[in-house]
Amino acid sequence: MRYKAAVLAAVLLLVAGLLAGCGAGKEYAIGAVVDVSGPASSLGVPERNTLQMLVDDLNARGGINGHPVKLTILDNESDETKALLAAKKLVEQQKVLAILGCSTTGTSLAMIDTVQKNQVPMISMAAAAKIVEPVQDRKWVFKTAQNDILVANKIARYLADKGLKKVAFLYMNNAYGDGGREAFSKAAPAHGLEIVLTEKFEATDKDMTMQLTRVKASPAQATVVWAIPPSAAIVTKNYRMLQITQPLIQTHGIGNKDFIELAGEAANGVVFPVGKLLVAEQLPDSDPQKAVLLQYKQSYRARFNAEPSTFGGHAWDAFNLLVKALEQAGPDRARIRDALENIKEFAGITGIFNMSPQDHNGLDERALVMVEIRDGQWRLI
Amino acid sequence: MNLGSQLLQYAFAGLTLGSIYALVALAFVTTFNITGVLNLAMGEFLTFGALLAVSLLAAGLPFPLACVMAVCLVALLGGLMERVAVRPVLGAPPLVPVMVTIGLAVSLRGVALLLWGTQTYTLPAFSPGESLRVGGAALTLQSLWVLGFLLIVLLGLFVFFDYTVSGKAVRACMINRTAAELLGIRPERMAFYSFVASGALGAAAGILITPITLATYDVGFMLGLKGFIGAVVGGLTSVPGAVVGGLLLGLLEAFGAGLVASGMKDVAAMLVLLAVLLVRPTGIFGLGRGREA
Repeated sequence: MRYKAAVLAAVLLLVAGLLAGCGAGKEYAIGAVVDVSGPASSLGVPERNTLQMLVDDLNARGGINGHPVKLTILDNESDETKALLAAKKLVEQQKVLAILGCSTTGTSLAMIDTVQKNQVPMISMAAAAKIVEPVQDRKWVFKTAQNDILVANKIARYLADKGLKKVAFLYMNNAYGDGGREAFSKAAPAHGLEIVLTEKFEATDKDMTMQLTRVKASPAQATVVWAIPPSAAIVTKNYRMLQITQPLIQTHGIGNKDFIELAGEAANGVVFPVGKLLVAEQLPDSDPQKAVLLQYKQSYRARFNAEPSTFGGHAWDAFNLLVKALEQAGPDRARIRDALENIKEFAGITGIFNMSPQDHNGLDERALVMVEIRDGQWRLI
Repeated sequence: MNLGSQLLQYAFAGLTLGSIYALVALAFVTTFNITGVLNLAMGEFLTFGALLAVSLLAAGLPFPLACVMAVCLVALLGGLMERVAVRPVLGAPPLVPVMVTIGLAVSLRGVALLLWGTQTYTLPAFSPGESLRVGGAALTLQSLWVLGFLLIVLLGLFVFFDYTVSGKAVRACMINRTAAELLGIRPERMAFYSFVASGALGAAAGILITPITLATYDVGFMLGLKGFIGAVVGGLTSVPGAVVGGLLLGLLEAFGAGLVASGMKDVAAMLVLLAVLLVRPTGIFGLGRGREA
């Protein structure tokens, strides 16, 4: 893998060198550390693809204010130590202006000390809020994926609007589910909801009827499940098998075709909040993100012959936020950071970013839409 | 939902899970009885059965044919495993074949990962339709298939061991291998067949449960482990013991998770294993003696 990354870097160098030879301005060096291989590769691969596509397009258009961009993408193999080493290499050897990455919370956190100490702007593509909080210790760190609390608030608001006050909460016993439980237990009371039952299951569990039987016996008016497939699909099947009639709400974790395939018929009727990429075609034309979303979908399909994912979207946002900052600030790390912090109303793939000194994520609930699965298709509601 | 139907629901869930464990436990017991080898790659038979059926179905074969072919292929894999990896170490100290099967399990899991990736797959239910309603509790038709298959396997084993010459030969090998050899029975051949049979049994179990549990490259690991616990609880050498052990484990998990707390599921299972091993180290149905080769 390191070999591959080296070849990739060499090719990019060559391309950048050729472009530089054409009499363009001095090139801007930026780095990316992505979980391309290892357990998080399903996140990292679309991210790497997106970054590659974007930098090629950007340089074909003439770069930033006439300066070509040299992007070095390193693979951290989903390993925290390797993420740290990659960040050090980018900062100390390549002298990059900024770092994009990583794909997951663990690998992103591993790089924070290095970028803080060396005062290099970093834009993570991972989920956890603690990557950018507390913001006084994260002066140089930004991120593009939405926080759990946004998702939890979106769900809580949806339930409150429907008048469903008593809620059962099920979560998978891992970092994803734990984060969700924490966020939802804050969001629910804030929207006047009462969590009447909390149940968990293991990621490897094959049968959740026990937990769901308790849900059925409880006074809950709706059920929220915070999980990813395959367990999210098994829960859904069990839910229908037990003929529980209360609405079933899930999270953005089921926002891929896998879930519909695995849960089959049972998936119909499931409602969940998710980024707009999934239903871009169904958005009203007045949506400020619609044009960007459709364009990204089209160019990704054309280049890779595959459907783009929300993870690739996080990479799109990270790259383009940095480009915007570079346009204003030029090749100066501190000024790039300041420019990033002042980006307002930037319509990206994940949402509309309004960065501020207090908020290095900059997304709000507008980033999410509620989607219902009907006849095996996503329907915007 | 009143308490009665809740309890019934837990019982259904427990029986379904328990039947799966019982099938795996049966496969353990069959090979252990005949070869004295604990085949810890048993879970991988489930994985390969399920995933091969998925692939064959995707390749356009009709569903029943895909299932039968997957079972045959895994049976072949079982036989191959015995010939290539287990037979050469049969005379070695008992720990050696166990290590070999652990190695096989890890390698097979790696092969499955290479072939099928980390995606999750599913198979269609054997008989489509709504789940049954009994006393306020729901039971899927697929659970009935699993239970039914367990009964058929049990019946088959009973007939085989008690009414056929080969079955009696197997029992003779179990009781006294040397005497059996003197009477013209060939234990090595029995060992080969036992691996073929456990491969087929594991694959069939894997296919049967996929509509309920879904299948990934590592689905067999946990099921294999639980089946092993079921077999140990049942005494490792006893066919009825394996079934009782497996079912007991499934029921305990279901009631533990349902009545105590959902986090207690695996705790209940492990506590039972500990309790049985402490109070009755030979298992509930064990013969009360160590196995002599």
